[in-house]
Parts: sequence; structure tokens; C-alpha cells
Amino acid sequence: MSNDLANLEAESIEIIWEAIALANQPVMMYSIGKDSSVMLHLARKAFRPAAPPFPLLHIDTTWKFREMIAFRDRIAAESGIQLLVHTNQKRLAEGVSPFTYDSERYTTMMKTEALKEALDTRGFDMILGGARRDEEKSRAKDRIFSFRSAGHRQDPKLQRPELWNLYNARIHPGETIRVFPLSNWTELDIWQYIGLENIPVVPLYFAAPRPVVTRSGQWIMVDDDRFPLNPGETPEMRMVRFRTLGCYPLSAAIDSTATKVSEIIHETQNARTSEREGRLIHFDQTAFMEPKKKEGYF
Amino acid sequence: MRETLRFITCGSLDDGKSTLIGRLLWESKQVFQDQLSPLAQDSTHPGTQHETMDLALPVDGRQAEREQSIAIDVAYRFFATPKRRFVVADAPGHEQYTHNMATGASTSQLAVLVVNASKGLQTQTHRHARIVALLGIRHLVMVVNKMDLVGWEGTVFSQIVEAFQPLVSALGFESFQPIPVSALKGDNIAERSSASSWYTGPSLLSYLEEIDVTRVAADLKFRMPVQWVNRPDQDFRGYCGRIASGTVRAGDRVRVVPSGVESTVRSIVTLQETKHTASAGDAITICLEDEIDVTRGDVIASASDPAEACDQFEARVLCLSQQELVAGRSYLFHLHTCQAVAAITAIKFQVDVRLGTHLAKRSLELNDIGVVNLSLDRAVPFEAYDRCRRLGSFILVDRFTNQTVGAGTINFALRRAANISWQTMDIDKQARAWQKLQKPVCLWLTGLSASGKSTIANLLEKRLFASGRHTYVLDGDNIRHGLNRDLGFSEADRVENIRRVTEVSKLLVDAGLVVIVSFISPYRAEREVARSRFDAGEFLEIFVDAPLEECERRDPKGLYAKARRGELANFTGIDSKYEAPEAPDIRLETVVLSAEECVDRILLALDPRSSHHAKMD
Repeated sequence: MSNDLANLEAESIEIIWEAIALANQPVMMYSIGKDSSVMLHLARKAFRPAAPPFPLLHIDTTWKFREMIAFRDRIAAESGIQLLVHTNQKRLAEGVSPFTYDSERYTTMMKTEALKEALDTRGFDMILGGARRDEEKSRAKDRIFSFRSAGHRQDPKLQRPELWNLYNARIHPGETIRVFPLSNWTELDIWQYIGLENIPVVPLYFAAPRPVVTRSGQWIMVDDDRFPLNPGETPEMRMVRFRTLGCYPLSAAIDSTATKVSEIIHETQNARTSEREGRLIHFDQTAFMEPKKKEGYF
Repeated sequence: MRETLRFITCGSLDDGKSTLIGRLLWESKQVFQDQLSPLAQDSTHPGTQHETMDLALPVDGRQAEREQSIAIDVAYRFFATPKRRFVVADAPGHEQYTHNMATGASTSQLAVLVVNASKGLQTQTHRHARIVALLGIRHLVMVVNKMDLVGWEGTVFSQIVEAFQPLVSALGFESFQPIPVSALKGDNIAERSSASSWYTGPSLLSYLEEIDVTRVAADLKFRMPVQWVNRPDQDFRGYCGRIASGTVRAGDRVRVVPSGVESTVRSIVTLQETKHTASAGDAITICLEDEIDVTRGDVIASASDPAEACDQFEARVLCLSQQELVAGRSYLFHLHTCQAVAAITAIKFQVDVRLGTHLAKRSLELNDIGVVNLSLDRAVPFEAYDRCRRLGSFILVDRFTNQTVGAGTINFALRRAANISWQTMDIDKQARAWQKLQKPVCLWLTGLSASGKSTIANLLEKRLFASGRHTYVLDGDNIRHGLNRDLGFSEADRVENIRRVTEVSKLLVDAGLVVIVSFISPYRAEREVARSRFDAGEFLEIFVDAPLEECERRDPKGLYAKARRGELANFTGIDSKYEAPEAPDIRLETVVLSAEECVDRILLALDPRSSHHAKMD
């Protein structure tokens, strides 16, 4: 392993230990994606020979790729870590889906609201997430320990200065801390590390022939028969893969022939667009992330 | 490939820092197309460059900042060339955000100080150079930007460099490289520009690719602060942490600081299973041969050269808060993985960041850097910051708001505590109390001026005296005529005022007396400090509660009227704050209760305690 990766690995594990030592009720967000896979791998390494002393939490919108859910259940069973799955049942019953609402409102209801509900019900006060600073412009300014006021709101003005590796996790009742152990990793680091450590990831990251249709100039995979096809439309089989994973109607695939980690690394090194390009939510609002984070989104 | 370089860009507002970073990302092909497209829309805002693509925009993150065209928070950007990876902390230039710049500097190995060629050296240039030096950055690059605006005049460049040279020598940087550039046009960024034929040095990017910032490791043996004790079952007990210095392997003899207990390393769990030796920077889990008590905050160190523990330090402190740091006030103190309560016992001086001179100060305001003495409630393992960053850097946290209000670096330990041992007396507090047949206690009355404190204190003492108790009243006004006549009403003086009264009342309680303190004592922090100086049950906080309007109506000394006329500054309730107790031991609403009734309540609260005490005796 290069010194750079070894340093990132040690830094992240130091952050995880610190978060757990300072927490009352810690939980690790598990989104099933590549970053979550790396974060979980680091946590398992950190607490060897024991299992990590916290549960995993997945916010299930019910619109994830089927392969993601199968992968999630397999990893949870293998790791022996408790997996909590939460869905916003009220909105689900109301019929909220990516096809009935625009992606912004859909995300607010099925992800942000659901997340807050899950955290409040169980009283989690230290929430580890896999966000990276290189993902998006407003992420670049996020603290590693990000303070949330009561109601999970993020106020940029209340963020605490973060010097050296000294993290202030002191909170009053109702307040919480989100912790981002992968803050200083880049997309390329993630893939190099996955390759070196043989970390399992959802097969959707690798190119394969998949049934897709075009929406707004992007390839969307038809993962099940809930997808409303246009009259006379039939999905086309294309060699594609995903750079990021989320709800399948909102995750765009890219044309690719990369079937191995080494090929993905090569592709990432030469990428001229950011990985978030594949998330349709991005385009609904300029600087979409900041208002979302203020509401309590990850 | 060299190891990742973490650097900070700093300098005054409008020197073009964000454009410089945008240019570096652009030159290393790290600006993604989809991150540029929203910028095309943004670029129509007034005040941005129209003709050239605005390179600063991909860097500036937060909505509020983009609207005001200023950067208030540190942004971390990542880019790479075939030769090296870079993490750049983009720090705000505006003076009021200097503390954010210090945040970025604390994790950087090199600083790129940007100077506007058309404006020359600014106060912020000096300030930022001093701050990065204080935080231990040893390598400085001075980018003289906007050279195109001065027609690439070589003398402009050399004059700026020459004027800055004395500061470079004074601050003792290991390396210093001035480079003339135009970030907007790209001259001397990735490649040497033909515009500056007189300049013979490297381009910025090639200099950053090549520079060696490896620190010569201080001559320190193994030290690891314990972050987490991993104890899943009876069979395994491991101590997790990241090594601060030295190396460790199975069989090594180690000492736990501060307990001083020694043991031998039985095994280490590293991140790579094949690795059996671990060194500085590695995250490991250590198992020891003996079952000894080790907790988070301890340092496991080489037994042949262990770290020391101490409870008094001289340190440099940077104030990070609108709330000033005041001598006499105490804060939560986080050093590596341990936590203590630290009082600032003295502010020795403030550093003038422009000139480097020392200024006498009683408090440190936002962005001030000062040298202070700290006194902790317990001994903590440490190293001086210049020997070990990890074991010598700390933050100060407000005990009530939980905000990080200061950051500091340890200069050295003060040995005072070790040299002045307590004079042990044969006649102690218990003996004196027993002689007086009473339990000594401090009854602390706090409240606004004219809330009724003195009236209650007076009546209370009479009643106690009548029942045969030995009492003494410390009254705010009276003490200010004597012991505290050198103090005014600024926040710093008020803190000192309360500190002295706390100490006096502690001596009187030690003498076996029932002490009644009647002081406005407006700040929660000082009342908490006062409480912490007494044993449990020896201190009762009594909130004499009357609304401001009522106090102002009573105004027996005419002070409110004076303050309202502006003839009396820093008057509590008018232009100086009163922080009401959140959970006082006794609360007396003097609008509802008579003075007699108030005293009854205090005596009622005292009586069960004293009768309980009598039974114990």
C-alpha cells in the first residue's frame, strides 16, 4: 500500500475511534455504496478482533436497485453487525415515489425525513457517514465532526473550528454530531483501496449489459416493472456501469467496459466529469447540497 | 511519487487566492465539466471576471459566500499531477476570519502566501506569516500575484520580496521561495512564463511537486495516546490509538503515563497483518502482558524515555471566539485524547501579529494570539509542541455553550506545583468546625443590583448569629473599597473580582465559618468555578431573583438612573450582561417574598444539612 493510502487509512481509523469514544449512542450510516463499503471495512479493521460496537443504519426508500438490497443483506449477515433498516412508512403509504414527485421533494421525504425519524426514534447522537470533501463544492468546507442543532439542522455559522486532530464532540441534549471519517479521500483513493484490500462492492459498479432507457439525455436502468415506460418503449441492453448508486430511477449509468477494479481506476483517472453527474438530484437545483444539508440531509 | 503535500493558501482579501487555486486545479485538469456548467450561470453575477472564465468559482462553496464574493470557511480541495497529490486548504483572507485560516494551517505542511503585486505587503500578509509560523509550518512560498497588472516589472517583485525578507529570517522558516505569477492568465503556474524573463526560479506547480517537507523526527521514543480501550470479552483487552512518535514492537517495555505503571507489550494488532513493528502515524491496538489500569487519555510510552505529566503549562493561545478569553476563567481543556479543566492563571502578553512585539493584556479577543499560563485540575501527559505536535496541541472549550473558544500549543511545563507543596497543618477545617459546633458553608447570593441581596444577607447573618453560629458577610460594595479597589467593571476585572472573593470565602470556610457572599456575580462560569473550589455540600448558590424593571424602580442608590443617563458604564443589566443561574440551589423571588420569608427559606435549606451533620458527628 502506498504511504498516502496508509496515512488515509490510519487517519480514518483514528477518527472512528475518537467518534466512538466520545459518543453516547453511535450509529454508522450504511448506504450500500462503495464509500460505505470502505467505511465499514475500516471500522471492522479498527475494532479487530471484536466487531464494531455500533449498529448500521440503512434508510431504505424502497427504490434501491435490487442488487443493492441483496448485497446489503449478505454483508450484514457475514459481518455479524446489527443492521437497522428504516423506511418512511407514512410517505410510502401516501404513494410518494420518484415518479410522483420531483427528485428534490422525493429526497426530502424519503431520505431526509426518514433519516431524522430513524435517528430520533433511537436517540443516536453520533452518526458516522461516508461523505467525502471532493464530492461537491459545499462538502469541501464540511468539518470532520459536523455539529447539528436540535432537529438535525446544520447551521454553517455554528460549526466548530477544527484544529489538528482535536475534535470537539460536546453537545447538549437534542443536538447531534455527524462524523465523516472519509473526508480526505478522493474517488480515486476509494477505488485504489477497494482494489488493494479486496473489499466487496455491489456488482452494479462494474460494466455489464443492462436494460436501459434514456431520460434527460442519461441512461436510466429499468430495474423492475414499476418503471413507467413510454408508449411503445422497450429497454435497450447496453454495456454500462454506475459511478454512484442510489434510487434506481434517479441514478444514471455511464457507458463503460470496465469490469475490473483496475479498469475502473483507469477510467476514474481519466474522468472529465464528477461522479455526482450520475445523480439526477444534482440538476434540480444549483448548489443543491447546502439547502439539503440545512434540513438535515447527509 | 512523493508523499501527498498538504498546504494552505493565505493572504489578504482580493489577492486572488481562489483564482490561484482554480488555476492550479485547471492546470492539473481537476475541474470536472459538470462542475463548470453551473458556473457559467453564476458568472453573470456582477463583480466577477467576464472575459476570462472565472476560476475562483469552482472553489468558493457556500451559497452565502458566493453571494458576497468572500470566503468565510476553510475549503479543502484535492488535486494531483503525475508527480504528486495535493490537499489544499483554501483559507479566508478577511481579518475577522483569521481563526479559520489557523484551522487550515494546523494540518498543513507548507503555506502559500499570496501577495497582490499592485498593492504590496498588507497587515494580513504579516499576520498570516506569523500565524503559520506559530502553528509550526516550516516552509513558505510567497506568490506575488497579478504581476500582469504591474506590467511584469521585475523591480516591483524584488521590492516586495526584499521588504518581506526580515520577517522570514525572524520567523525562522526552513525554506522560502518567492514566485511572480498571474493566476488569472496562468503565468509561472504550471510552466515558466516568457513574460518574466528576469525570473530564474521554478514555476509554482513544479516547486510544489519537488519540495521535501519531511520533518526531521524529534528524538522522541515511543508515545501513543490511548483513544479507545477495546474489551469485547474477558479474553481480550487492547489499547487503541495512533502512534505520536517512535516505534513499538512486541516485547518492548512500556510505561503508562500519568499512572507510572510499567508493563511489557505482548502483541500489537496493526492494520496490515504482516506488519509486526509500528511507528509514528500508524493506528494500532496494543495488548500488554499485565492486567493494569489504562484508560482513554493515558499515554503509553517507552519505559526508557517516557513522556512526563504536569498540571501547569506555559502555552500560546489563539482566541477563536467572540467571547474573550479572560485570566481567572476556567475552560474544558482537550489535549490529544485527554480532557481536564484548565484555568488561565495569567495572560503574560499578547503577540502583536504585525510587529511581533509583546502587549500587556488582561484578556484575549477573537483572533488575538497570547502567551498564557494554564493551571489544570489534574496532571496530563504531554510534550512541548515543537517536539511533538500531537501531544502538544490543545483546544479550550466553553463549559456552557460547548463552543471551541481557543486553540493552543504547549511551550513548556511550569514546575511551580511540584515545588510549592501544601503546608499541612495539624489543626484542620474539621477541627475548627468542631470547635464552633457548626458545619462551615458558603452561602452565595447572586442577583442584579437592588434585587435585595444585601438586605437578605444582613438579616440572614443576624438570624444565624442569634442562633449561635459563627458568621461573616462578604459584600460586593465593601470588598471593592479595600481588597478589590484596584478593579473596575470590565469583564476581565469582574472575573478577577469574583476569583478573589471565591478564594477569600474558601479561606473563611476553612476557618470554620458560615460565609455569606453578597455579590452580583453576573457570570455563570465564575459561579461554577467558585462552586468547584468547595467540597460537596459546602456551597449553596442562592439566586436573588427580581426582574430588571423592578430593580430599576427600586434603585436605592440611584445607580440605574445614572447608567441610563450614560454616566455609569458596564452596569449589570443595562450595558453589561447578567447570566441568571439555570439551576440554583435556592431561588428567591423578592417581588413575592419578604426579606424574612427569604431568610426562612435559606435556614430551612441549611437546617437538614446541619442536623444531618450533627448526627454524623
